[in-house]
Amino acid sequence: MRKPPFVPMSPDAPAPADAPGSTLIRLILKSAPEEVRTGVQSVILQLDPVHLDPDERSTLELVLAEIVNNIAEHAYCGRPDGWIEILVRPRPEGICCRISDEGKPMPGGKPPPGLLQDLNVPVKDLPEGGFGWFLISDLAKDLTYERQKGRNTLRFRMAIGAA
Amino acid sequence: MPLKSQKMGDALVLTMTDDRIDAASSIRFKDEIAAAARGGPHQIVLDLTRVEFIDSSGLGAVVAVMKALAPEQRLDLANLAPIVDKVFRLTRMDSVFAIYPDAQTAVRAHVA
Repeated sequence: MRKPPFVPMSPDAPAPADAPGSTLIRLILKSAPEEVRTGVQSVILQLDPVHLDPDERSTLELVLAEIVNNIAEHAYCGRPDGWIEILVRPRPEGICCRISDEGKPMPGGKPPPGLLQDLNVPVKDLPEGGFGWFLISDLAKDLTYERQKGRNTLRFRMAIGAA
Repeated sequence: MPLKSQKMGDALVLTMTDDRIDAASSIRFKDEIAAAARGGPHQIVLDLTRVEFIDSSGLGAVVAVMKALAPEQRLDLANLAPIVDKVFRLTRMDSVFAIYPDAQTAVRAHVA
């Protein structure tokens, strides 16, 4: 995958995902839907040596896809040329992830509440969107968000095994 | 989007041949399934046996297909892979759709 010009995150922003101790997977992709798809799949493939069980693997893929699609759609407003950095580090306490972009900040400076949608409505009123943040907040652990120097950073952990 | 379409009893079974319904493919998915179901029988069964991944855009597209059906038509789902099933369960969409282990069971459940 080609690398757009990008200054790596400064070391004054310590993250579980970039703490030393195990293999680090780092990927930079553009905010275009096809690139999001292949980028997230490539991260999952690079995690092969970690031997996640199929549920852990596909759940991580889902959470990464939801977050990165959300960045493409909302932070970059559908523009295909924004950069997104994915850092993933498998650790004993789980798969630690950090995802950064330089798009718009989250509204209100924090991630959406991720509430379950009301489905007790006539078919014509059923929601066709808004499931993404519910899935993220339900499946990701220790999720934090910060906006610093024009950069959004989300950090979270995916529990594996008994962790 | 490659789509296999097959009559089964009184129902129309639409089998996805793509392995993903995600943000990159959801609009095409919605348009093609809705077009295939248009003017079709009462029961449309969406067989997801090949689908290994669905995200919230894909889920929204399945809902959009159901909303695009004629009032007398119903959309049932069959053959959900574990992660697809998980997405439907977590979002409680399993309370909106009837989900069957396979297309035959779905069709048999709705014989008039």
